[in-house]
Amino acid sequence: MSDKSSSRPSGFDRRAFMAGAAGSVLVPMTARAAAQDASAPVAQDPSLPVEVTLRVNGKEKHLHLDARTTVLDALREHLKLTGSKKGCDHGQCGACTVLIDDRRVVSCLTLALAAEGQEITTIEGLATDDRLHPMQQAFIDNDAFQCGYCTPGQIMSAVACVKEGHAGNEADIREYMSGNICRCAAYPNIVAAVKQAAPEIMKG
Amino acid sequence: MRSFSYQRATDPDMAVQALGAAAASNNPLTKATAQPLAGGTTLIDLMKLDVMRPAAIVDINPLAHAWSAIEPGGDALRLGALAKMSDVAAHAEIQRSYPVIADSLKLAASAQLRNMATLGGNVMQRTRCNYFRDVSYENCNKRNPGSGCAAMDGVNRMHAVLGTSDQCIATYPGDFAQALIALDATVEITGKAGTRSMPFAQLHKAPGSTPDIETALQPGELISGFSIRGRWPRSVYLKARDRQSYEFALSSAAIALDVQDGTIRDARVALGGVATVPWRAREAEALLREQKFDEALAQRVADAAFADARGRRHNSFKIALGKRVVARALQQAVTMEI
Repeated sequence: MSDKSSSRPSGFDRRAFMAGAAGSVLVPMTARAAAQDASAPVAQDPSLPVEVTLRVNGKEKHLHLDARTTVLDALREHLKLTGSKKGCDHGQCGACTVLIDDRRVVSCLTLALAAEGQEITTIEGLATDDRLHPMQQAFIDNDAFQCGYCTPGQIMSAVACVKEGHAGNEADIREYMSGNICRCAAYPNIVAAVKQAAPEIMKG
Repeated sequence: MRSFSYQRATDPDMAVQALGAAAASNNPLTKATAQPLAGGTTLIDLMKLDVMRPAAIVDINPLAHAWSAIEPGGDALRLGALAKMSDVAAHAEIQRSYPVIADSLKLAASAQLRNMATLGGNVMQRTRCNYFRDVSYENCNKRNPGSGCAAMDGVNRMHAVLGTSDQCIATYPGDFAQALIALDATVEITGKAGTRSMPFAQLHKAPGSTPDIETALQPGELISGFSIRGRWPRSVYLKARDRQSYEFALSSAAIALDVQDGTIRDARVALGGVATVPWRAREAEALLREQKFDEALAQRVADAAFADARGRRHNSFKIALGKRVVARALQQAVTMEI
């Protein structure tokens, strides 16, 4: 891992700290035997990893993945891009929202194999050099989070919401941000953040 | 999730062949060992829950270049099965000429899911019945034919009051299908023998004694598109739900009217959130034809739409709610500016 997006400033790293403190808690996906009729068309042996090339934040990543791996798990467990969060893992909470070809999707229901050849943008890919993306800055300015777990998904969703033209008024922002759940209920401040960042993003 | 083989279909023949190879020994479609992957918002979810257990996934997204048309012509509409919900909902001509379609899509799911989900996959969406989705319940005639129905005497607040049987009361969860059935859409199906068409109203099967058979599609067949004749600018989709956004319908109505000089010439009424399949209320809409609209008529139509409804312990409220949704949707359709 030599690309900028995965390098971290020296000092405290919450994930490294937690992994160290709790011992090796990251268990790879358990493979369960396919108890199914063997007459299915076999494109490849499902027990073998598949070669996948993902384009993440402008960089090509060559991976060997179990076919079951979602984009979210590929990002978090294989590329160490842990900004995208796993909330429900069923497409209901929005914490895993990323952009694929500039459209917001839930990465937990997207197979990595199906995302080959597409441009994946994560929260780690938003800032340029030392400058935060206007939406990141707006979330800080408006105190648009408490625990912060939903925040990367909220910000990715909000960037797309603005670019789709769905941030013209508060009602629209609330409707088009409804796929991102905030357990701390920071909604009023999230709406304020989206309103603040929208003009700057639309300016380009 | 159980393991599966993954294959990308680059043309329709390849997709049909890959899906059909496992078909002979696998009926119905819902249990086929090869499943097509489009948006994946239902399939991957249900695979994680172990409700669906395909051994092979056939990724049909590469067919999008041929199957994602959004073509409102002069007097007809064609929609490709792989068009995304968000793209169809945002299409200016769909909003103008078929507001019931645009709104049914816009009011469904979340912005992220609408970016992923396709029209074909949307109409094939499986029920949200909690007993179906939770495999720790043995009793589900849809998952395990003959095992019984845990919802019948369980927590059935979200369940259907129309089209039920003594085997299954699971609600058809989608919104867009109500717009299609109201507008007499045709569904185009691609299979080994080529392409066939059927009225969309014949696609979904009421549970009856075989709740595991949900549609008329056979394994190895794919929905490739939908078509609708005529324009329906006077049409609405009204959806009542527990939350203002991002929630399945408790009750919804798709209404399309042709009103000339104050007289209703043609009327379509379809119901969502209350039935086991996309539901067309034909007896109710017959009451509207050649009539002038008033509130009493709306009430009679609403009563007729739910005349055969059967509530259970927790869902009887849907009958009263559903009637109000129909009456209000009719009012909106009659008074809307077009």
